[in-house]
Amino acid sequence: MQRVMRTAAVVLVLLSLTAGACAKKQPPLAQPAPPLGGSPTASTPPPPRTTTEALPVPPEPLAIAEDGISARSLEDLNRDSPFKPAYFPLDSAELDDDGRAVVTANAAVMRKYPTWMITVEGHCDERGTPEYNLALGERRAVAVRTYLVSLGIAADRVRVVSYGKEFPFDPGHNEKAWASNRRAHFVITSK
Amino acid sequence: MNIRNFQFPRRQLPRRQLRGAHVWTPVVLAFLLGIGNWQLGVARGQQPLPQQPSEVAVVISGDPGTPPRYAVPDFIAASPDAAEAAKTITQVLWDDLAFEREFYLIPRDTYSTIPPARSPDQVPFAAWRELGADAVFFGTVSRMGNDIRLEVRLFNIRTQQSVFSKEYTGTAANPRLYAHTISDEIHQQQRALRGVARTKLAFSSDRNRERMVGTAENRDVKEVYIADYDGANTRRITTNRQLNIFPVWSPDARAIAYTSYRRGYPDLFIALIYEGIQQEPTKGGTQNWLGMYSPDGTRIVFTSNRDGNPELYVINRDGSNLRRITNHPAIDTTPTWSPTGTQIAFTSDRAGTPQIYVIGADGLNLRRLTTNESWADRPTWSPAPFNEIAFAGRTGPGYDIKIYDLATGATRQLTFGEGSSESPAYSPNGRHVAFMSSRAGRYQIFTIGRDGNGIKQITRDGANFTPSWSN
Repeated sequence: MQRVMRTAAVVLVLLSLTAGACAKKQPPLAQPAPPLGGSPTASTPPPPRTTTEALPVPPEPLAIAEDGISARSLEDLNRDSPFKPAYFPLDSAELDDDGRAVVTANAAVMRKYPTWMITVEGHCDERGTPEYNLALGERRAVAVRTYLVSLGIAADRVRVVSYGKEFPFDPGHNEKAWASNRRAHFVITSK
Repeated sequence: MNIRNFQFPRRQLPRRQLRGAHVWTPVVLAFLLGIGNWQLGVARGQQPLPQQPSEVAVVISGDPGTPPRYAVPDFIAASPDAAEAAKTITQVLWDDLAFEREFYLIPRDTYSTIPPARSPDQVPFAAWRELGADAVFFGTVSRMGNDIRLEVRLFNIRTQQSVFSKEYTGTAANPRLYAHTISDEIHQQQRALRGVARTKLAFSSDRNRERMVGTAENRDVKEVYIADYDGANTRRITTNRQLNIFPVWSPDARAIAYTSYRRGYPDLFIALIYEGIQQEPTKGGTQNWLGMYSPDGTRIVFTSNRDGNPELYVINRDGSNLRRITNHPAIDTTPTWSPTGTQIAFTSDRAGTPQIYVIGADGLNLRRLTTNESWADRPTWSPAPFNEIAFAGRTGPGYDIKIYDLATGATRQLTFGEGSSESPAYSPNGRHVAFMSSRAGRYQIFTIGRDGNGIKQITRDGANFTPSWSN
């Protein structure tokens, strides 16, 4: 009986030793599988990938299509104006057919550039007195504004000022000069 | 000759005309704007004192039917540093006395050989009598630091008595003013005439040749200037490098109302020229131009398009109490007050061409004046006692100065087609008209007698426009 107990103990010890050796070789079952490809559940994200490859440069934003006129400065615009002056007969502030055609064309320009504000300058030839011509120029400018408004241009886009005969466009003293000085002159004051 | 006869007979003269008692000193005011002129309103306010013995006694007459003949020999310089002032005063006095054409001024070169008197009791009456003179001046100028002291007498050559004796002291900066003052006082004493030697002209000019900024075209600016009535002592009033036009004197000659584009459109401004203060009676926002002071200085009539068309309005000097005077779809502009301030003459093209009309200052009783003119413009009502209106009438390519007689309705002409003559302005005594004319090339200011004689060019620098004559 004693012999049987001793043998059983040896077997147990051997078994336990064997079992211990086998346990070292086996992966632990409770260990989760290592994550693959950076799962969001990973507790430690992989180091960022560095690259030497250049990214494609985005193109510059394109300017809104312009016709070239409104890009110019006020001074340049007024020096080579898209507006034409309207001319008047002697001692008259009434637009004739030619004058109305000019103002109609100018109204079209104003509709094309709806932010522009203009001043209509009334000018006279040198044959009236400077005192009277200030009133005559005023009436010419007002006549043009009235016609512009009748064509649908907002009145608050059009200011008027008379310069009488103070600033002749043609300094001559002949019919040609006088005719070119009797005018309503359009000046762009803001855009 | 009894030398005592030549002594100044003090006892015979009114007490208040004695030396020292009637002396005034030009008041030196600290002017702003760099204006070195003396405002003589204080002194001018002194009316001539009654001549107690007889006014006739001091009046020097000429031969019957001819004006008295005056000699103005060189004033004596008491020291070399007074020589220039003495020379200026003598020459300007000659010009001032000649201007009113009340006296015949003997040409100065005809008496260069007559020895100058060194003192008032050495006047060589015999020599002056041989020359045919009725009156001769004696004057001495002495210098006291920055001041001068001027003693002047006018002798009646027939009686060999002094009829005018004054002493003046004041700044040496403007010797011409002493001559102007003597001339005005002589005209008052001898002719009971209000002289204009101390008056001034205001006008606009491009003489500084500045250009407006911020315009596409090359545009000249115009600034307001003033000058003595003879064109001397020019002073610039405005400095804003815009259009500054149509200056008009206030009746007290201390302010100038003008039209300026400093806001980009025409508006009225008032320059208090001796205080350096600017006032804005219409206060912007609307276009207003061509202001004219009422004769009492309390109101201004002007043209405005504030209701959409050039019409006449009256406003108080301080900008209150705006009243509309005209109401017509045609042009109404260039107003001028009657001497009583109850009527306003103006230009209107309501009949098809510009013509001159008169309306009550209350806007009632409109009537047309000119009927025979193709274009009648820029009326200016004369001061009393003349009852007439000067205007610019078209006479071909340009204008001439014409005068409409309100009593008869007749029109006469002052200028005759030399260039264009426009913008008439009466002198305060009504005897002269200032105007602008292109007869010498560019526009310049001229003066002419209301009889059409005695034209005189006042300005020469740059071009000069639209004169106004101060009181």
